[in-house]
Amino acid sequence: MSDTNTPFRRFWTEFRENKVAVFALAVVVTMILLALFASVVSPQNPYDLANLSLMDSRRPPGFVGSGGYTHLLGTDPQGRDLLSAIFHGLRISIQIGLAAGFVSLTIGTALGITAAYLGGRIEALIMRLVDLQLSFPAILLALVMVALLGQGKAQLIGALVAAQYAYFARTAYGAAKAERGKDYIEAALATPLSGRLVVWRHLLPNCTPPLIVVATVQIANSISLEATLSFLGLGLPVTEPSLGMLISNGFPYMMSGRYWISVYPGVALIILIVAINVVGDQVRDQFNPRLRK
Amino acid sequence: MLGFVIQRFLQAVLVMAAMSVIVFCGVYAIGNPIDIVIPPEATQEIREQTIRRLGLDRPLYEQYFIFIGNLLQGDLGRSFVYNIPVLELIGGRLPATLELVLISVISATVLGVSLGIYAGYRPDSWVSKTIMAVSVLGFSVPSFWVGLILILFFAVNLGWLPAGGRGETVEIWGIGWSFPTFDGLSHIVLPAINLALFKLAMMIRLARAGTREVMLTDTVKFARAAGISEGTILWRHLLKLISIPIITVFGLELGSTLAFAVVTETIFSWPGVGKLIIDSIAVLDRPVMVAYLILVAFLFVTINFVIDLVFALIDPRVRHGAAA
Repeated sequence: MSDTNTPFRRFWTEFRENKVAVFALAVVVTMILLALFASVVSPQNPYDLANLSLMDSRRPPGFVGSGGYTHLLGTDPQGRDLLSAIFHGLRISIQIGLAAGFVSLTIGTALGITAAYLGGRIEALIMRLVDLQLSFPAILLALVMVALLGQGKAQLIGALVAAQYAYFARTAYGAAKAERGKDYIEAALATPLSGRLVVWRHLLPNCTPPLIVVATVQIANSISLEATLSFLGLGLPVTEPSLGMLISNGFPYMMSGRYWISVYPGVALIILIVAINVVGDQVRDQFNPRLRK
Repeated sequence: MLGFVIQRFLQAVLVMAAMSVIVFCGVYAIGNPIDIVIPPEATQEIREQTIRRLGLDRPLYEQYFIFIGNLLQGDLGRSFVYNIPVLELIGGRLPATLELVLISVISATVLGVSLGIYAGYRPDSWVSKTIMAVSVLGFSVPSFWVGLILILFFAVNLGWLPAGGRGETVEIWGIGWSFPTFDGLSHIVLPAINLALFKLAMMIRLARAGTREVMLTDTVKFARAAGISEGTILWRHLLKLISIPIITVFGLELGSTLAFAVVTETIFSWPGVGKLIIDSIAVLDRPVMVAYLILVAFLFVTINFVIDLVFALIDPRVRHGAAA
């Protein structure tokens, strides 16, 4: 423990001790990089129909296609190189997961902190609504929202947000409620500082640790939820397949033994979700004061 | 206590009313059902006739009040696609879903509690560690993916079990059930495992946490001091002490499993309500969607209401806190 000067350094020194978590973080970073540079690392542009040939469709891993290169993971029913499709699918899945996660974080935190800060009727109204929503399973809410909003990227994110903001609201409310009662907030409110400033400068920063933990878990959850919805055929349009859509496309061919079309995108999805969860677990342990030595 | 019950009941009614408005308006807003019901080559006359017959020419609020009026009389409208009463359609599919959900939740509870007690009783053995590792997977791996792997492994590669459908059913009280026949049972195994996995992981965690806590209490120490065998302690005392949270979660999970069955039923082409709703969303069969969503909302509101009451009975803090 040499560098303990900034909170971030302290955090990282502790994080580094858990080898599994460091490995998981490396996996997450790698997958994000692969997603970012999908068009560079992929042997083929899977969205360009001119590149696709039906002659190459549903070929097993290792097949050398009409493009002259080896399809390491085989090809899908449209003749896309599966490895390229997975990189691009990863991009869409991560994009949707992050977008839904951040919008839910913003809306949920705003609602939770408003409820805790203002109290009274508004608190009762907001939290009653949030609790009510938490009693319904997220998949059902997302399903209803997709049915109501229709299909498309924005609609899908909307459905995921509607299904998930309540978790953030509950967490932010719990943290803010506890901080609200502490003396430093009372002291800050006694100064001429405006209420808004006290919330921004004092209340909000002290509520962030639990929110970060919930955010990691919920990003993994929204990626998984998006995949589930896409698998059910209720997610994104077919032209730009996410991982869930790729799995769904391959499903009918699984019965005839062409396992790779569904299995490999699924493996990518699971590695991503499990890795995010492992990182999230470690972050939670580090933020939990009860586990501190 | 009576005041609390009335308050909660009114709240439940209010929630149901709000849900019915949201669902009705929302579902009304998507697509144009006229295009689905009426073939494009139909004459203008037939078009108008059908629109009038289905009540689609009236203003939205009027359609809603007609809907609510019919709903209260047990009439949820007719499916646009199947042209039979929605209630009949859903009722015909419900036994399949209930059969699947009940088998999954019950087996997940029995197995999960046993494994969880073991993991809590011997937390350091490698068996317990394996159980816990598997339960982590049960939480984080998406359930549709597990379903695919089950099909790939047991149906395609090994060929031991069928990949979809309900198999042979037996009529009991006029309703077809799969579980009494061997063929039906073989069809139910994979979807039930798929649906049960998440619940299993949760039950293991609950039972393990409870067991670890209870094993340290004086109850267990005194029972041991009195010379009662370990088996009796586990079965007679521990099980009773950890059962309250487990029963609560069992109730809650029954509802959420019903919702999750949507995914499992789609993968295994299980002809239940979940498959019906996915198909209905795809073809915009409005009455079926509205009826399903309202039924599920009703189910959840009822379960929450009952759980609130049970809590209030067990814990006086809840009812006094709410009354104040």
